[in-house]
This record gives sequence, C-alpha cells and structure tokens, in this order.
Amino acid sequence: MQRGLDSETKKQLEEEEKKIISDEHWYLDLPELKEKESFIIEEQSFLLCEDLLYGRMSFKGFNPEVEKLMLQMNAKNKTEEIEDETLELDVSDEEMARRYETLVGTVGKKFAKKRDRNKYEEDDNGHIKPFKAKKMFLKPQD
Amino acid sequence: MAEAAAVAAAQARAARSVLGQVVLPGEELLLPEQEDLEGPGGAGERPLRLNAGPRSRVRVVCGPGLRRCGDRLLVTKCGRLRHKEPGGGGGGGGGGGGGGGVYWVDSQQKRYVPVKGDHVIGIVTAKSGDIFKVDIGGSEPASLSYLAFEGATKRNRPNVQVGDLIYGQFVVANKDMEPEMVCIDSCGRANGMGVIGQDGLLFKVTLGLIRKLLAPDCEILQEIGKLYPLEIVFGMNGRIWVKAKTIQQTLILANILEACEHMTTDQRKEIFSRLAES
Repeated sequence: MQRGLDSETKKQLEEEEKKIISDEHWYLDLPELKEKESFIIEEQSFLLCEDLLYGRMSFKGFNPEVEKLMLQMNAKNKTEEIEDETLELDVSDEEMARRYETLVGTVGKKFAKKRDRNKYEEDDNGHIKPFKAKKMFLKPQD
Repeated sequence: MAEAAAVAAAQARAARSVLGQVVLPGEELLLPEQEDLEGPGGAGERPLRLNAGPRSRVRVVCGPGLRRCGDRLLVTKCGRLRHKEPGGGGGGGGGGGGGGGVYWVDSQQKRYVPVKGDHVIGIVTAKSGDIFKVDIGGSEPASLSYLAFEGATKRNRPNVQVGDLIYGQFVVANKDMEPEMVCIDSCGRANGMGVIGQDGLLFKVTLGLIRKLLAPDCEILQEIGKLYPLEIVFGMNGRIWVKAKTIQQTLILANILEACEHMTTDQRKEIFSRLAES
C-alpha cells in the first residue's frame, strides 16, 4: 500500500501551488522609472546659512551664568582655538624619570622568585644595579 | 502683451552671476555645473569628458527663500541672493553645506514661520493637562510638554505660570503639524533655555534685524555692551527681551534696538556717543 504521494507528484503539486501564489501577486505594468538622484537639498533654517551667535547675552556682569553660557556656546560654534598654554605639570619630567627608575626595581623584586632576588642588588646610592647576564651552560668547543 | 511674453520666457540666469543682487519670486537660477552644459550654444568643439557629466555633481543646499525645481533653483521670496562656500567660508565658521555650498535669499519679513531648531521666545497662554500652549507669533500656538525642562519629572513639575516668558527651541515645525518646542537640548541639559526671569521688557522687531544683530561681527551689540550692565535675549521669531538695572535704561535700550534697523552707521555712532556722555 502506498501511503503518500510520489516524489514526482509532490513536486508537481508544489510547482502548481507556487504558480497560483505568484499569480496572485500584483505588480505594476509600467516601464522602469529611473530614480533621479537629486543633488539639491532643501533646508528652511537660517542656522545653516549664517553663523549666528547664541541668543542669550549678558554684558558687564549683569547675569554671570549667562555670561558663562555665552562663552560656552559661542566657542562650540566656531572652531575652537587651541590655546597655547601647555599643561602645567605637577612633577617635572626629570623627576618622574628618576622615580620610575627606582620603582621598576622595587616592584619587580616583589614578584621575582627567591633565586632571582639577588639580582636586585642595590648600589651604595640606592640605585638598582643593571642586570648581569644569566649564567648559561656553555658548550665546550671541541 | 509682447512684454509679458518676453518676461515669461526670460532665460534662467546663473546663480553665480546674481550673487548679492535682488531676485524676485519666480526666477529660476542655474547652478554652476549646469551653466557649463547649457552654455553658449552647443556648437563648437567640446573637450571629451572621461567621466559622465551628471555624476560628478556636488550637493548643494538651498536655504530659505529657494526651492528645488527640477535641476534648478526657484526663487520664492524677494531679496538678495547669498551664497556660502563649504568648509570655512566666511572666516572660520563651521562648514556650510558640505560640498557645493549653501544658497539662500536674504529677505525681510515680520511674520515668523516656525522652523525646526530655531530658538524662540514664547509666551505661555494656557496650561492644559500635561502641556503648555505657548504663543510664538506664528499661525498657531506651539505645545510645550512639562517634561521638557531640565530636571523635570512627573512628581517634580516645573514652575511655569500662564504669562511667563519661555526661551526654547523647536523639535517639530512643519506646515502639516502643530509646532512643538522644548527647553532642553538633545543631551537633556537646559543650556540657557527655560523660563526667562522677572522684570525686563519684551518687544517685537523684524526678523531680518534679529539676524543682523546675531551676526558674528555685529558692531551694534558690541557698542551696546559698553553702555551699562544689561541682559538681552533674542528670539528668532522677532522678539527681544531686555533687562537693565533701572526702567529708564531698559527703555533706552529697547528704543535703540528698534531704531537701529533704519539708522546709518554715522547716526548710530552719534547716538551712542551722546548716551555715553549722559
């Protein structure tokens, strides 16, 4: 007893179904319209045309908050002029380098294994001596 | 009859050649790229272009007073035609229109039409439920939600009464919908917007004067600032609010601002020098 349909008849049925479905779809029988890309954008706002200042103003300290706002907003509009003041450093570069030099040794000591700790010997001045080369096995030249 | 026909058949002019001149509604302007194509005649040799013409166009922004009409610009207001180059035109200002520049018509009018992004001064006329109705001088009152203030929540309502002055900006403003305004910016900060304080005087001027006063190099404001301590708020809808220490000073200020539209530079300087003396 054959249950179900053959694969052939199944295919035929599917095709017929698809045909019916696609026939039901509507489409416009018009020639293809080329969409013209418009290069002109319409804007009704004056903000884009003219650089206008911020609308709230205060002069001679009448309203200090508004004066602060004025500086803020007008600086945002124009390209900010980079001020020439260099940032004042609390610690000078040289001192920073010196501190770093000593720091590298002491922190490194913490994480070094016991055998490596003797590498971090200190000079008379308290500066860490430069690393000596590790003693490796030297192959005897024949 | 013949003249009317002649006027109607007037050639479209190149936008570049009309800069700074008065244009009338109905005129069509050619953009620079089209000028070359529709140039004198068509006869004669043309250099071969390796890239097809239309594809190498730049984006042009048409501002207030102009409309797009096919490939050309159609003038809708009478005034002078202006242009701004992209990227740094006019002394270091932020780029105008990004490639191709901006064209607009510098016209004069008293009636304000709401535009998105404009900062305006409004008067609260009604309080209905969750929104305020604010009169901004346009065809209909704008709506302002009570949540559109800095730090406002459902429990913490802003202290706004009928008759208060509000400085805010539009978020929705087109001819199909009721204008909506808010008193915060996109980050949620007030940036000077909100209820304008007590006292002071509100008066109306033309829209062109506001733009002239808010121009970056306005001498009038610089001179006014030297007179005495004062505060001014300019709304793009033609309203100005001023406040000074005494009523007399406030009134002088209002009179100057109203009158300076029609004064020449010399007359203005004379008035300021007289004021400075007194």
